[in-house]
Amino acid sequence: MTTTFTEETRARAREIIARYPADRSRSALLPLLHLVQSEEGYVSPAGVEFCAEVLGLNKAQVGAVATFYTMYKRRPTGDYLVSVCTNTMCNVLGGQEVYDTLAEHLGVGHDETTADGKITLEHAECLAACDYGPVMTVNYDFFDNVDPQAAVGVVDELRAGGRPMPTRGARLCTLKEMAVQLAGFADEREGAVADGGPGEPTLRGLRLAQEHGISVPGFDPNTPIRSKAEADAAAAKAKAKAETEKPAPVPARGGDGASAPTGTAGNAGVGEPARPEQATGSTARDVKAPDDKSPEVRAAETRQPDAATAVPDAPGTKVPVDTAPPAPRDAQEAEAAGAGTNPPAGDGKPAGDEAGAQERNLKEAEAQK
Amino acid sequence: MTTPRRETLAKLTPVLTKRWLSPDAWRIGTYEKLDGYAALRKALKAHPDDLIQLVKDSGLRGRGGAGFPTGLKWGFIPQGDGKPHYLVVNADEGEPGTCKDLPLMTHDPHSLVEGVIIASYAIRANRAYIYIRGEAVHAARRLRNAVQEAYAKGYLGKNILGSKFDLELVVHSGAGAYICGEETALLDSLEGFRGQPRLRPPFPATHGLYASPTVVNNVGTIASVPYIVLGGADWWKTMGTEKSSGPMIYSLSGRIANPGQYECSMGITLRELLELAGGMQPGHNLKFWTPGGSSTPLLTAEHLDVPLDFESVAAAGSILGTTATQIFSDQDCPVYATYRWLEFYHHESCGKCTPCREGNYWMVRVYRRILSGQGTHEDLDTLLDTCDNILGRSFCGLGDGATSSVTSSLKYFKQDYLDYIEGRTAPKLSDKQLVGAH
Repeated sequence: MTTTFTEETRARAREIIARYPADRSRSALLPLLHLVQSEEGYVSPAGVEFCAEVLGLNKAQVGAVATFYTMYKRRPTGDYLVSVCTNTMCNVLGGQEVYDTLAEHLGVGHDETTADGKITLEHAECLAACDYGPVMTVNYDFFDNVDPQAAVGVVDELRAGGRPMPTRGARLCTLKEMAVQLAGFADEREGAVADGGPGEPTLRGLRLAQEHGISVPGFDPNTPIRSKAEADAAAAKAKAKAETEKPAPVPARGGDGASAPTGTAGNAGVGEPARPEQATGSTARDVKAPDDKSPEVRAAETRQPDAATAVPDAPGTKVPVDTAPPAPRDAQEAEAAGAGTNPPAGDGKPAGDEAGAQERNLKEAEAQK
Repeated sequence: MTTPRRETLAKLTPVLTKRWLSPDAWRIGTYEKLDGYAALRKALKAHPDDLIQLVKDSGLRGRGGAGFPTGLKWGFIPQGDGKPHYLVVNADEGEPGTCKDLPLMTHDPHSLVEGVIIASYAIRANRAYIYIRGEAVHAARRLRNAVQEAYAKGYLGKNILGSKFDLELVVHSGAGAYICGEETALLDSLEGFRGQPRLRPPFPATHGLYASPTVVNNVGTIASVPYIVLGGADWWKTMGTEKSSGPMIYSLSGRIANPGQYECSMGITLRELLELAGGMQPGHNLKFWTPGGSSTPLLTAEHLDVPLDFESVAAAGSILGTTATQIFSDQDCPVYATYRWLEFYHHESCGKCTPCREGNYWMVRVYRRILSGQGTHEDLDTLLDTCDNILGRSFCGLGDGATSSVTSSLKYFKQDYLDYIEGRTAPKLSDKQLVGAH
């Protein structure tokens, strides 16, 4: 039986297990492995035994999981884990030199720790910060756009007992302290959550939009959510109308298409293309330039105009469409009734029965992957 | 830097990214002032089925790479089946080149939390998990803080805002395995196992987490939901193209003047994105690029005008993926780039399927040989043959993704390979430099 783990760790383990359904405690295994690292700095045999004990697993089951994931270390680590991205993008931008320089400077290779127990070095795969490349992390907080000199500066400061401030992310803690957070506990350090504003690359598109006064027009947070009753009524009405007017020409400006968003793909295209002035309405800034638009964009805009707001139609001349202004609110009742009587989504059969449809769709998706 | 043309600027659609400009948007007070949790109040008054229909009508497609229609996915969840339902958010961002979810969770975590609550309500899930990549520690800090704040305000927990709807939300950190971004591997990992993909069918919609109906959605997908609830499906469709609706966060990296995140109407072209990003760096000419991460086949300068939406990129022989646009110039070697990606796939292959495990192992070795000047012409056939034996022969898409850059670089840049083999290019690797991945 393990004796190495403190009562605090045991209390935390109970808290972790309580996050998951009672009969699904094994879900707690990943956070528990982070937890044992928070005490020992790596997943030791004792750590494996501890996890097995609290979850009622055997050590082989825990060991199989612990050895699968890169972040569970199998040997004691330093206070600071320095990870240098050497995946393609950072690599060609200079990440490989950063790694090589650090390895030489520290005298350690991948997954090795300096003799003073301060630093463990590793080369990492893509750290999801390619717009800041080349990047490295210290205990997983980012140092952006590093070059060999800057990287050496960071590790020297760490070895001298300092804690350089990451470019983004919170002030540094030790790797063991970080493991507590990885186990799912809040960062209790005063102000740490507030550290680290967005860097310029993160904001670049936004700044451009801001500078040039660009926003997406037509956003109305009060746009009603249509109930099934309303949708059905609109569809029935549209259908009736379409039948009475069968030989009539395609309605101008694609209003018809909007009532049935699916299955009318071509509709918008064949109708007379909406004029941009109409499409954007009179209130919106004309940020969508009238020309130079791909046919798809034009089609999307054609499908959309006037449905909700824009041009008032003479009463009774217009087919009700998707975003018809909220039907008089006695529809509230209908909605409530509709909600009550709606069959549950799907047909109530085990969805396996729909495997055909599902498979087709998934295949389509896969095909794109 | 010249100012982009007006019509190019007009393709910028700041929606999901907009709050990033407010430095305190990660705090609930600020978030609430910026439309925060308004969508939740609105959604809880609607019938769950109407929300599913709304998302269907919006044409929202998954932002994680495959582009599966989100509303359809939600509709697959069998209702009234007496089983617990689960929503799992895939926040295991790790596809090389991809860097859009981390800033979103760091600077606007509540938009994800709000989306989770609405989506869970729609599919009738009372438990939701956000599986966040282990290394994403600062995003996780902010996210955990946001979840705590949301509980304190009554947006999570029992009887949310008096609606009788209950939801428990747990932020679960991974431990460094790219494969866990694959949805069934993610579910295995979340259940406490090695992250290895499952055989499908059955699909997660019926047998997902704990063998119960489960929706797995990407961060960007779920974070889009509150905006659709507020602005409506038709407003959402004013952005993007007919079949790829809405805004998309394009992550530009590499040899360009201003790398970064550009949220644009789907269907923008690389030429336009480059215009927004200030063009190539001085002295660099575009040579190759990935439209959506390293698992998507490379494109070249001849594809500058391909609209970056799901259909058009597929028609050009690649995949939109995560819109992680990595841009390389004539000073970068496509053979070396591919080699480094393969090191990655070799390291991240979970080992379950032989074609992927062994194929990537051997391809890495072939690349090392070529790059150290010892390659042969037969090596190129061996590579293509190996790709043939990986593609479509494994449980999940990791192996398929690994072949993307190999086959596409051989298609467009065979000469670069031949130059190594025939000795016109100096060897790029020596024994000392064969560092590779772990």
